[in-house]
Amino acid sequence: MPLVVELERVGFGYANAPPVLRDVDLAVEAGEFVAIAGPNGGGKTTLLRIVLGLEHPQTGSARLFGEPAVRVRRRGRIGYLAQRSQLGIESPVTVREVVAAGRVPRRGILSPLRRDDRVQVERMIARVGLAERADAPISTLSGGQQQRAFIAKALAADPELLVLDEPTAGVDVGAQEALASLLDRLHRELGVTILFVSHEFGAVERFVQRLVLVRGGVVFDGDPARLPDAWHDPSHVHP
Amino acid sequence: MSILDVDFMRMAFAAGAIVGVLAPAVGFFLVQRRMSLIGDGIGHVAFAGVAAGYLLGVSPVATALVASVGGAAAIESLRSRRRAAGDQALALLFYTGIAAGVVMVSAAGALNANLFAFLFGSILTVTRADLLLVAILGVVGLTLVAVLYRALVAVALDEEAARVSGIPVAALNVVLAALVGVTIALSMRIVGILLIAALMVLPVIAAGRVAWSVRSTMLLAIGIGVVSVFAGLTVAYYADLAPGGAIVLVAAGAFGLASLCAALRGRPAA
Repeated sequence: MPLVVELERVGFGYANAPPVLRDVDLAVEAGEFVAIAGPNGGGKTTLLRIVLGLEHPQTGSARLFGEPAVRVRRRGRIGYLAQRSQLGIESPVTVREVVAAGRVPRRGILSPLRRDDRVQVERMIARVGLAERADAPISTLSGGQQQRAFIAKALAADPELLVLDEPTAGVDVGAQEALASLLDRLHRELGVTILFVSHEFGAVERFVQRLVLVRGGVVFDGDPARLPDAWHDPSHVHP
Repeated sequence: MSILDVDFMRMAFAAGAIVGVLAPAVGFFLVQRRMSLIGDGIGHVAFAGVAAGYLLGVSPVATALVASVGGAAAIESLRSRRRAAGDQALALLFYTGIAAGVVMVSAAGALNANLFAFLFGSILTVTRADLLLVAILGVVGLTLVAVLYRALVAVALDEEAARVSGIPVAALNVVLAALVGVTIALSMRIVGILLIAALMVLPVIAAGRVAWSVRSTMLLAIGIGVVSVFAGLTVAYYADLAPGGAIVLVAAGAFGLASLCAALRGRPAA
């Protein structure tokens, strides 16, 4: 399978601070479902920003879809769900409006949405189980339902890569389980490559093919079943 | 004699109709991005532009247009490059603009009634040339908002995701900043430099109390903006008041009414 993400010996540090990442190698094939976990401050958000081309690696190289990550041309191939604290606007916004906003990268900023765009928006709303709430203001939904709406938005442009940054933060345990099951189903049905970034692997551990633990560098990369028991202890993940 | 039989009132209503639509339509995106006070800062830069017009002996509206679009672009540049925190960038622009305006107005010896018309609005001072400029730039501004509406909403919803997926966020931010500058320069004859930011923001937050979607918020805000301008101009005409204050007080009243409606429907306070 072609590689979607290729990091080779990536290093990164912020001014007047110890390096955040050292010698990170990571390759993600098309169609994989990968969880990237690690403690807060361990470098996973920086790693994510380098993967998405939002930061230049200071050493090594980062490629996305075979191109340097900072210069990827067809960015509509990436669906991204930012941390929940960064989402939403001040005014009421319906589920349908949120998901339709995700279609803009595919249609272009100057073109109105067409019939096939609207069909795709409805399809994605249905896929995440919110068809009956499509006209509801998003503020009236539970935290888990809001996350599902934003996942539908991230998928609306038919991306090849879906990246989720801390999607389970602030969501109750039941909703986390439902979210993990939803991602597993979307992965199987759509064949989309998924990068799930979180400070804990929790519910998603049962569904991912690979778990990557980041703590300044990659300290584990493999099948979650091979994860040493000790690493399941939160004290290992949260130093 | 009807209010519409008076020539200067017809021009004030015509310009006011455009301002009443454009100000909330542009202000909508400022409110969503929690940048409601940026209009106030750019208004102060527009004041420096008006003063420069007096000093140079050219149209104050034209110099205010240049100053406010330039100021809006400067504040967006400071914000996007993180050279200064949002509130610091605003403070820098706000105080420099008003200080430059005061110095230039003093130098031009223009501390007179005309200046107060720019600061607080006037129904007597809208000329045919002003109306033409308001109409042309107003239509251009509204067309831009309509064409870029979906992209601007996408950026407001999640700026990082928009950037990742290839939406030209930096260019859209500059366009929005320029629209704010144009709106302020066009509106200052009617509402006044010191109060135009209120007309950009109050109708939007009033609409947000009772609306149910982005689209309904935008349309309601425009409706409140137009009603506020028409009602404010009418009150100003009959009570011989500066229109800016009357317009903004009507918009503030609309917020009070909308909040009351929201409370009666059981929606929590903003």
